Amino acid sequence: MLVTALLSGLVLGGTYALVAMGLTLQYGIARIMNLAYGEVVIAAAFLAYTLFTAWGISPVAGLLIAAPAGFALGYVIYGVMMRPLVARAWDKASLEIDSILATFGLLFVIQGVLLVVFGANFTSYSYLNVAVNVLGTTLAANRLLAFVLAAVFAGGLYLLLTRTLWGTALRAVSVAPGSAPLVGIDVDRAARMAFALGGALAAAGGVVISMYQTFTATSGVVFTMKALIVVIMGGVGNILGALSAGLILGVVETFVATYLDPGLTLAATYAIFLVVLLWRPSGLFGRIAR
Amino acid sequence: MSELLTVSNLTKRFGGLTAVNDVSFSLAPGEIVGLLGPNGSGKTTVLNMVSGYLAPSGGTIALRRQVVSGLAPNRIALKGVARTFQLVRGLPSLTVAENVIAALAFGKRPLWGSAAATEALACLAQVGLAHKAQQSAKDLTYIDQKRMELARALAAEPELLLLDEWLAGLNPTELLTGIDLIRSLRSRGITILLVEHVMDAIRALCDRCIVMNAGRKIADAPTAEALCDPEVVRAYLGDGHA
Amino acid sequence: MNRDIVFATAGFVAVVAALASVPVFAGPYGVTLMIGLLGYVTLASAWSLFSGPTRYVSLATVAFFGLGAYTVAVFGESLSYPLLLVVAGLIGLGLAVVVGLATLRLAGVYFVIFTFGLAELVRQLVTWYEVNMTGTLGRYIFLPVTPEGIYWQLLALAALTFVIAWAIGRSRIGLALKVIGDDEVVASHCGIDIARVKLALFAVSSVIITLVGAIQAPRWTYVEPSIAFNPTISFLTLIMALLGGANRLYGPMLGAVPLFLLFEWLSANFPNHYSIILGLLFIAIVFVLPRGVLAFVEEHWTRLRGNDTRAGKGAAE
Repeated sequence: MLVTALLSGLVLGGTYALVAMGLTLQYGIARIMNLAYGEVVIAAAFLAYTLFTAWGISPVAGLLIAAPAGFALGYVIYGVMMRPLVARAWDKASLEIDSILATFGLLFVIQGVLLVVFGANFTSYSYLNVAVNVLGTTLAANRLLAFVLAAVFAGGLYLLLTRTLWGTALRAVSVAPGSAPLVGIDVDRAARMAFALGGALAAAGGVVISMYQTFTATSGVVFTMKALIVVIMGGVGNILGALSAGLILGVVETFVATYLDPGLTLAATYAIFLVVLLWRPSGLFGRIAR
Repeated sequence: MSELLTVSNLTKRFGGLTAVNDVSFSLAPGEIVGLLGPNGSGKTTVLNMVSGYLAPSGGTIALRRQVVSGLAPNRIALKGVARTFQLVRGLPSLTVAENVIAALAFGKRPLWGSAAATEALACLAQVGLAHKAQQSAKDLTYIDQKRMELARALAAEPELLLLDEWLAGLNPTELLTGIDLIRSLRSRGITILLVEHVMDAIRALCDRCIVMNAGRKIADAPTAEALCDPEVVRAYLGDGHA
Repeated sequence: MNRDIVFATAGFVAVVAALASVPVFAGPYGVTLMIGLLGYVTLASAWSLFSGPTRYVSLATVAFFGLGAYTVAVFGESLSYPLLLVVAGLIGLGLAVVVGLATLRLAGVYFVIFTFGLAELVRQLVTWYEVNMTGTLGRYIFLPVTPEGIYWQLLALAALTFVIAWAIGRSRIGLALKVIGDDEVVASHCGIDIARVKLALFAVSSVIITLVGAIQAPRWTYVEPSIAFNPTISFLTLIMALLGGANRLYGPMLGAVPLFLLFEWLSANFPNHYSIILGLLFIAIVFVLPRGVLAFVEEHWTRLRGNDTRAGKGAAE
C-alpha cells in the first residue's frame, strides 16, 4: 500500500513537474502570468485523444505533433497578445495585472472552443492499460510511461537551459531582464522563446496526462492552479525547484487521497500553498538568483 | 536614570552586507542627540529600525525598557515614535491639512471631524504652514513639504522624534528658523534623534553626538568632544588628518 | 455643502423608490431581468469596495457567491428565512477572514493566484461535504420567496452597498485607504494597521457578495456545486467593475448595466459560443484601455490625487 501510494505519487508528481516547468518558464523568463496555461494542457489532451481514437496514432507519436503545436501556439500568443502588453507596461506590477486579465480572457476563449468541439463530458481513452510489476507492486504501464516521458522532458529542458548558450541567455533574462541587453541578449526574443517553450511543455504535459487520467473541457483551471502552486513552491524561474516541488505535490496528493479522502486533495494542495507562502514566500528552493 | 530609548547590540544585514553592526546607545528623556557619520555608515538604517520600517537582524530596541524591535511601524508609532523621511514623503492626493489629519486620526488619541481639523491647524501653525492648510500637498515647495512632514510627525504627539536630514537643503534663513523650531520642541519635552550633516545645526542643537562609520559606532560623547575625536576625524577626512 | 448632501440623499431615495416600483408595471420577464441586473450591480460594487482602492484583484467572487447560494440550499428547510441570510453572511465572513488573514500580507500577485483557485477549492470542499455527510450532490430549493421579494431584497442590498461605499469615502477608513494608496510606508508610520484595513474591507465586500448569492438562490430551484460555483460569475463581475472604474462611487454600476444587458443578449442568441465571445470581449477591453487596466484604474484614482509622476514608483513594501 505504501509503496503503491509512493509510486503513483511520483508518477503524478512527474506530470505536475512537467506541466509546472512550462509555467515557470513563462512566468520566470517571459514575465507573463498565464492563467490560460491549463487550457493549453487540456487542449493538448484532447488533441492526443483525437489522434488516438480517430487515427490510431499513439500518444507517444502524438507528442511529436502536440509539442511543436504547443510551441507554435505559444509563439503566436506571445507575439499577438503579450508583446503589446509588455511594450506598454511601465513596471512589473502593471504587466502582471494586464497579463493576468488578458490570459483570464484567453482561458474562456480556449475553454469555449473546447466545449463547442468536444462537449462537457469526461473524456479518456485506453492506451497501454496493462499492469507491470515495479518494486513488488503493480502499476499501469501508461503511468510508468508517463513518468519516463516526464523525466525525459525535464532532463532535456535542464540540459538545454544549463548547457547551451541559448539556455544561458534565457536564464540571464530570468535573473536580470534589465542587464541582459547590455551583453547582447535580445530580451524580446528570449521572452518569446521562453513563452513558446512553455507552450510546448504545456502541450507535452497535456498528452502525458491524457494517457492515464480522465479530463474535461473545464478542468484546465485545476492544472493552472497546481502548476502555479508548484512554481511558487519551487521558486519562480527555478527548473530544479519546479521538478522537486512537483514531485512533492504529487506524493502529498496521492497520500491524502489514499489515506484520508480523495475529495480533499485540492484542499491539501492549498494547505501546502499557504504554508509555503507564509513560511518562505520566495519558494522552498528560492529563485535561480536574486 | 530612566532611559527613553535603549538600543542594544543592534545589527542589520542585507544579504552579505552588514549595514549596522552591533550598535548600542541610549537616549535620556528630553535630549537632542545627533546621529552622524559619512554617507553609507548606517545612520538611516538605524532610524528605520527604530521606527519599525526595517526589522533588525540582531539586537534589541526598547522604549522605556519595553522591547519594541520587531514590531510593525504602526505599533511603534502608537508607542510614541514619529519620524520624517530623508526623501520627503508627502501624501500628494490629500490637502496639507489632511496630511496632518492622517496622523491625528490613527494616533494614540484618535481625532476625527472638526476636532481633528482644529488640531491639524494648530500643528500646521507650529511650523508656520497654517495659511496653506487647504492647498493640495503636491503644490507645496520643498521647504513647505518638509514643514508639513514635521507637522504630521508632531501631530502624533511623539515622545521620541526621529528627524532624517530634516534640515538638509534649507537656505541660511530657513536653517535658522528650522533650528529654532527644533529647539522649541525640546522645551515641550520631546526627545529628538536627528541624522544630520549640517554642522552648524548640530553644534547649535545637539547636546551629544553618536558617530557611526561603516555600520559601527565609533564615538558617543558631548558634541564638541565627539567632533574632535581622532577616529571621527579619520572617518570623515582619512588617515592623514587624524 | 450640507445642501448638496440633502439633494444627493433625496435623489438617491427617489431612484431607489422608483426602482422599487418596477415590479408593479414590469412583467415577470422584466423582474427576472432586473434581478440579474441588480445582482451584478451589487456584485461589481462590492468587488470594487475592496479591489478598487487596494488594487488587489480578486478572482474569488463566485467562491463567496456560491457559498451563499449553497448555504440557503443546505439550511433552507431547517432555518427561518431571515436567519438563513444571517447564517450565510456569517459563513461568508468566516471564509473572508481566513482567506484575508492568510493572504493579505502577501504580495498582490499571490492574492490573485490564491483567489483564482479559491472557487474551485470551495466547490470541491462543498462536494466532499455533500457526498460524505449527506450523500446527495444536487439540492432542490423550495422557499416561499416570490421573484418580487428577491428583487426588493437585492435592491435593498444594492442600496446598502452604495451607502457603505459612500460612507467609507467619508470615514476614517476612507482616509486610511487614501493614505495607503498614496504611500504605504507613511500609512504605517501614521499608525495605520494596513493589514487590518485591508482585511476589514475584504470582509465587508465578501459578506455582501455572499448575501447576493444567498438572496438569488431561490431563483434556481435546483442547485449543485457546478452551477453555484460557475467561474463566469467572477469573470463578469471583474470586467464590469474594471470597465466602469473601480474607484468611483458610480463606476461599477456604469460598467454593470450595459455589460449585463450585452451578456444577456449574447447568451440568448449565441448560447454555445457565449464563453468564446466573452473571452474575446474581455481581451479586447484589456487592449482598448491604452495604458493597461491598472493604469486605467489608477487614473481614476489619480484624477483625485493628480500626480502621474508617482505612477512608476514600485511597490514600497
